[in-house]
Amino acid sequence: MSARERRDRPLRVVMPIVVLALGIAAWQAVVQYKNIPPYVLPAPDLIAQTFATDWELLLRSLLVTVITTVEGFLLAAFGGVFLAILFNQSRFLEYSLYPYAVVLQVTPIVAVAPLLLIYLPQHAAVLVCAWIVAFFPVLANTTLGLRSVDRNLADLFALYGASRWQILRRLKLPSALPYILGGLRIAGGLSLIGAVVAEIAAGSAGAGSGLAYRIAESGYRLNIPRMFAALLLLSLTGIAIFYLLSLINYLALRRWHESALAQES
Amino acid sequence: MPPATATEHPSLVALRGVGKSFPNGVRALAGLDLAVRPGEFVALLGPSGCGKSTALRIIAGLTEPSEGVVEWDNATTVGESKSRLGFVFQEPTLMPWASVFDNVALPLKLKRVRAAARIEQVETALDRVGLGAFGRAYPRELSGGMRMRVSIARALVTEPQILLMDEPFAALDEITRFKLNDDLLQTWDALRTTIIFVTHSVFESVYLANRVLVMAARPGRISTEVAIDASYPRGRSFRTSAEYAALCRRASEALAVAMAVGGQS
Repeated sequence: MSARERRDRPLRVVMPIVVLALGIAAWQAVVQYKNIPPYVLPAPDLIAQTFATDWELLLRSLLVTVITTVEGFLLAAFGGVFLAILFNQSRFLEYSLYPYAVVLQVTPIVAVAPLLLIYLPQHAAVLVCAWIVAFFPVLANTTLGLRSVDRNLADLFALYGASRWQILRRLKLPSALPYILGGLRIAGGLSLIGAVVAEIAAGSAGAGSGLAYRIAESGYRLNIPRMFAALLLLSLTGIAIFYLLSLINYLALRRWHESALAQES
Repeated sequence: MPPATATEHPSLVALRGVGKSFPNGVRALAGLDLAVRPGEFVALLGPSGCGKSTALRIIAGLTEPSEGVVEWDNATTVGESKSRLGFVFQEPTLMPWASVFDNVALPLKLKRVRAAARIEQVETALDRVGLGAFGRAYPRELSGGMRMRVSIARALVTEPQILLMDEPFAALDEITRFKLNDDLLQTWDALRTTIIFVTHSVFESVYLANRVLVMAARPGRISTEVAIDASYPRGRSFRTSAEYAALCRRASEALAVAMAVGGQS
């Protein structure tokens, strides 16, 4: 870390908080000064109040969404890495299946979700949505990582007669680790998006209980403060997922990878 | 001293009429003959692009020759010949995610040597290059010279009969290079292993080897051989001796002739 960065570190923490405080104060002032009714735009204090009264309901919904997201994320992580390894070991499989992985990725999930809800039970449909959106970055990054092996190291492994399995386990997977973790960081946010999209799509059917469903439901009931409260919780969840995955990334790479070193030395 | 010049010794490895053409039409080697006797220190000296690295890779079995044969003594198969090779690349070529100890242990792990025996062999190899205390460090925490020592320790850990070195010190500063030259000579003396050392430095080749094979380019082949009769151990006094200067002049002249024959590069 350079001297300037070190000097600026407090600023990096303080400034966003200052901006947040100013924003909230301005919001509160505008709502009060203009007498905006809460069903148009609720003031921050009302949203805080909604948190206080509805917290049980909101937390239960949050739990549902978080569980779906985590399940979708894990499926995407293992599925993406597994498929990439499969493609890496067999060109035949890669040529056969990769185009369809791309198709899954480029088709907007909002358009797919209602279809899935027709054919699958709701929980399964939401999970599949989260998986579809999240697995591609893992697949693409892992594929790239497995190919980014130092040529000399590959020669070295060949020299000592390493088996396919040894090459995969001791050379290709460790080389790919920074790429895999990068893919996972993207996948974490995307699986939340996938879960929310599917919940919203399912929401009109009225069977859901996740946070996104709460947002849709509150919208119909013109309970705008609760919409904001649920939205805020979704944002916080996304932020938490991102930082958790960043932390894992840092812990896994700090001893050896350039990307993690910049922060310490 | 190793019986370097004893002609009645059968060669450990010999290339006979070896040629190598690449798919893009470049003839890297043609009619390359060379024989290395057990315990010899042979330097392959030539301008960049003369195919000396390719020759080394063919000996290592990393590249197949397009014509000619590689003969090992007592008719060892390729698989066996590989197991008694050590290879040091131009770069240290360490696994950045593994500690120094694990890097050096790699050849043994790939050969499924049991853990107890492995630890002892790795420690011996690390002590030999003067890095006994650095087993737990990671490659990035070491200087360039130390990384190269780790690379040498890794090549030595299987106690190979023959050590192939591809311009291992080319990227190091002169002070470090001199130090590593001396250490390499010591190791060679202690282990009595055979070394083929590729370099483009006249001074390095004369200092180290008891035979310098000068290569001509396009296509690569042996142009002349300069016998270095100076006795070992060679140290600082040898580096500044008139004998060394005279030998360097002879090697330089041989290199100039080879380059004139092989065309400018």
